[in-house]
Amino acid sequence: MAEYVLQMKNITKTFGPVVANKDVNLYVEKGEIHALLGENGAGKSTLMNCLYGMFDSYEGDVYFDGELVNIVDSRHAIALGIGMVHQHFMLIPVLSVIENVVLGLKENKEVLDLKAAAKEFTELGKKYNMEIDPWLKVEQLSVGQQQRLEILKALYRKAKLLILDEPTAVLTPGEIDSLFDMMRQLTDEGHTVIFISHKLNEIMKICDRCTVLRLGEVAATVDIAEVKDRQQLASLMVGREVELETTTKPVELRDKRLEVENLCVDNDRGLPAVKNMTFDLYGGEILGICGVDGNGQSEMVQCITGLREATSGKIVINGTDTAGLNPGQILGLKVSHIPEDRHKYGMVGPMTLDENLILVSYKQEKYSSRGFLRWKWIAEQSESIIKSFGVKTPGIKELAKNLSGGNQQKLVVGRELERTPDLLIAVHPSRGLDIGATKYIQQQIVEQRDMGTAVLMVSTELDELIELSDRILVVYDGEIMGIVERKNASREVLGPLMAGVRD
Amino acid sequence: MNSKAVQYSKSIGFPVLSILVALILGAIFITAIGYDAAFAYRSLFNGAFGNIHSFSETLVQTTPLIFTAVSYSIAYKCGLINLGAEGQLHMGAIFGAFVGARFEVLPGGLHILFVLACGFIGGALWGLIAGALKMRFGASELITTIMLNYIAFEFLSFAVTTEPFRDMTPGAAPRMTAVVEAVRLPILLPQTRLHLGLFFALIAVVVYYIFMWKTTKGYEMRVVGLNPNAGRYSGMNIGTNGLLAISLAGGVAGLGGVVNVIGLQPFLTEGFSNNFGFSGIAVALLGGCHPIGILVSGVFFGALNAGGIRMQLMAQVPAAAILIIQGMIIVFAVSRELFIYFGRTGKLLLPKKQAGGESDA
Amino acid sequence: MLEFTVNFLAATMRTATPLLIAALGLVFSERSGIVNIGTEGIMLSGALLGCIGSLMFESSLVGAVFAMAGGALLGLLFAFFTVTLRSSQVVVGFSLNIFAAGLTVTLNRLILNGVRVTSYPSYAIPGLSQIPVAGPALFNWPLLVYFALLAVPLSWFVLYKTNIGLKIRAVGEHPKACDTVGINVFKMRYGAIVFSGIMSGLAGSFISMGQLSMFVENMVAGGGFMALAVVVFGNYSPGTVLVASLLFGASDALKFRLLMTPVGIGFSQFMNMLPYVITIVALCFFAKRSNKPACSAVPYRKD
Repeated sequence: MAEYVLQMKNITKTFGPVVANKDVNLYVEKGEIHALLGENGAGKSTLMNCLYGMFDSYEGDVYFDGELVNIVDSRHAIALGIGMVHQHFMLIPVLSVIENVVLGLKENKEVLDLKAAAKEFTELGKKYNMEIDPWLKVEQLSVGQQQRLEILKALYRKAKLLILDEPTAVLTPGEIDSLFDMMRQLTDEGHTVIFISHKLNEIMKICDRCTVLRLGEVAATVDIAEVKDRQQLASLMVGREVELETTTKPVELRDKRLEVENLCVDNDRGLPAVKNMTFDLYGGEILGICGVDGNGQSEMVQCITGLREATSGKIVINGTDTAGLNPGQILGLKVSHIPEDRHKYGMVGPMTLDENLILVSYKQEKYSSRGFLRWKWIAEQSESIIKSFGVKTPGIKELAKNLSGGNQQKLVVGRELERTPDLLIAVHPSRGLDIGATKYIQQQIVEQRDMGTAVLMVSTELDELIELSDRILVVYDGEIMGIVERKNASREVLGPLMAGVRD
Repeated sequence: MNSKAVQYSKSIGFPVLSILVALILGAIFITAIGYDAAFAYRSLFNGAFGNIHSFSETLVQTTPLIFTAVSYSIAYKCGLINLGAEGQLHMGAIFGAFVGARFEVLPGGLHILFVLACGFIGGALWGLIAGALKMRFGASELITTIMLNYIAFEFLSFAVTTEPFRDMTPGAAPRMTAVVEAVRLPILLPQTRLHLGLFFALIAVVVYYIFMWKTTKGYEMRVVGLNPNAGRYSGMNIGTNGLLAISLAGGVAGLGGVVNVIGLQPFLTEGFSNNFGFSGIAVALLGGCHPIGILVSGVFFGALNAGGIRMQLMAQVPAAAILIIQGMIIVFAVSRELFIYFGRTGKLLLPKKQAGGESDA
Repeated sequence: MLEFTVNFLAATMRTATPLLIAALGLVFSERSGIVNIGTEGIMLSGALLGCIGSLMFESSLVGAVFAMAGGALLGLLFAFFTVTLRSSQVVVGFSLNIFAAGLTVTLNRLILNGVRVTSYPSYAIPGLSQIPVAGPALFNWPLLVYFALLAVPLSWFVLYKTNIGLKIRAVGEHPKACDTVGINVFKMRYGAIVFSGIMSGLAGSFISMGQLSMFVENMVAGGGFMALAVVVFGNYSPGTVLVASLLFGASDALKFRLLMTPVGIGFSQFMNMLPYVITIVALCFFAKRSNKPACSAVPYRKD
């Protein structure tokens, strides 16, 4: 009979009419690594946020260490020994490492003794082989270091159960391995880990058992030892057989569409983010940009699309040097841009769908004449775009923010592809989408390539890159580490390059 | 019920509820300081709607409020908070009054247009300063527009006491030279002060609507106001849109000032503005920056202004008490959550069965 | 020359005091992520309530208590609307100003009507105040002036060295992160706003009872907005806020100086513009301050 450190029974959580979790049962054994698997929007984070006390209320019973508890604030969760590392780190960049560590501790005296805390923190770091200078500001740390700080922060609070929400998304393959080592060290010491992920091979590699969530309900809880392959997990997650591979036609190269030469770009803080990049892109191919977030991809794309100025170097699109052109003029060179964050850049949430669909082309003859918008014609066009790209909505007068994430992305993709671009720049096109929507968007991108469009695709999902790209350009710290042909592309080849290791 | 009907009833229901709650709290306050609230409100109502004269006085008060409300709305749609309508109105009035007293060579209609244009320019310049400081230095327009208000007040104080602006008629109180007869606006209703300016205010609302919702520039401004990043992404210039918006906003407020000068008093004096700039913001907030909303709440606040004077006369309650009610109306109007909050608390206090039945219905 | 300098310094300190008191309070609320443009209205209410308390009990101390209580109450209202109900801080602050303008005028006509009240008495520092010329002018102040100066190092200590100070700074930067470590974001913001309200009320009472001994309608005349500008100019930190307040105070002292010169009399209106112009200029040169909280003026929603 296994000893359960955590039992969540019949948990139901609703947000207005939306049911995020329904009758969910989760049993976690002491000392195991328990995976929580599910697509985006399946309710993994909601369930864990319930456990961590981020909501005022939920239905159902939670037993921790055998006792019935009702956790409605994080202070309570922490006191019980629950620690959580959120997908978006809960660190305050302008404060020092040690200030972040002690923040909110109930043991704090009114006048802080940071020196004593720093000593204790350093010892803890030594124990787990991840020392961090306690007096640095958090904004000076790398993403990997920040994640280690988050884990140490939880351990400093004597966490017995550690929840890691999609921890590998921001790491290189090498860093992922050392994270896994640490997870094993922790469980050997008697800690328990809940590992939230949608990456099947990672779960197969590290976890003992796995609970699969689908549309807010538990689909199954399985022993990983008894799972025969990742296909089986995938079917559980999606609820039907899924095809994990797509087939692609051979490349048929057209003319040169994008030429980047010795490009250097600074980031917001004035530090070099892109260092001397040179590459070409031809019609009819997909060039994948591979790298962990924050290695200069965003700045590079912003520079190509005119949102950021280059410090030096040259960009030529369709034969036109884009120096001095504004974003509007660059989009006018038959460039389409699916931006990295659709909420931030790609759409205007409080506007209607038809207002969103003219965001880029409102000045064109088609949509306006003499400064006046042609709403009737816009409505007709919008109806047809929505239909052909399968955006699910009550009508074109719905506000964009009311659509689901997948439909919002289809809206953006539909708007950008409808312009029949020569160069398509797609940044994290499938981020935050479920498998159905992801497949649809990927298929649209491949179709563009087959039609002869040049596609520049930035992604952090290795599987997506390997599957779709004809060539993969790996960036690390703003530099090109190498360009890998489709036939050579594999995790083993890309991993070291992503970590900045060139042989 | 379909969702559109719900939405419309909400967009009317909440403002009405805000007004009611504010009036009730106002009555409690008036009673608390020792006056007869019922009598005060009755005289307020009579002063605003009692007869054709009081109603025309309401509309006279409404006229500048509509201009300043449109002013706030234009800037707001582009993501800027213009708290400077009061100062822009002052500058518009000063420019207009100066030109209106001179250039008698121009034929009447043209002279009026010229005066209006100068009023617009005066206000627009005042708005442009705040806009330029924001775009160039990042100085918050919340504070700069307020500071520019005070500077405008000092300008007017200067103009009414100093040559060549001041009226040099012997024995005249400090005031600017009267505008000439040719630029004075015709009275719409005999024996009242209701002037053609109201008509101009209506035109301003219509132009605001067409500009914001039917033109590409208006569309640009709304995109920039709601999501500047999306604006940048699609090639819009945040800076020029902001500058244009706040200049237009200032200009419209300036029109409100100049219209009041050529419509009412021929002399510009200190204190000519009955808090029009700030009340106009209240009008815009209550009306949700919507053209129809601005018209309706403009009349309402005009009535409060007109009735407040009567209330002070009849019930001796200081007209300033109207400001207390105004302040409460705005805060309730933007705090829809308030009614939901108390609605929920109220439901919790009810016997359980009843509360459950209600939510089932 | 010495006398001129001494008088100028004294005038500077006198006009800087209310700005400094209000701005020190605002440092805490701004750091917690709140922009309260209703400060103007709270100061005005403090100015009125101070006089009423002082008139009723013939004690400036009771006046100060009245002013602080009024500031706390208005702060509480502001907090309820902006923190609990998440309404726009700008709009609620704006309507607070209108509300206070109406309230003070109404109550003033009802109760005060320009009557003189007991003002804040001055206390001389023994020894120092005996220095000829400089002594009486520079070392003989109402208690609030000493309080304001002492509050600078005290605020600095609380903000940077204590648990509560760390929490306040964190809440303005990343409220969600604070929530995950068990800090009650709402409580912190309520506390900071109410504290800032108390300080603003007190600052207002100094304008009516420290500089004059009566209430005048709209006497704050933009002082609340200047205090907000002082906080930006002073990079959200007590020490630099002190410097900023003194600079603003000096510009006001300069204005009064200039008003006494022949040119100043002819162009008095332009002299009166000086503090407003200085405020704008200061904002322009110091708009982008490094200590500005990342989540300034953003309401926090728990789920």
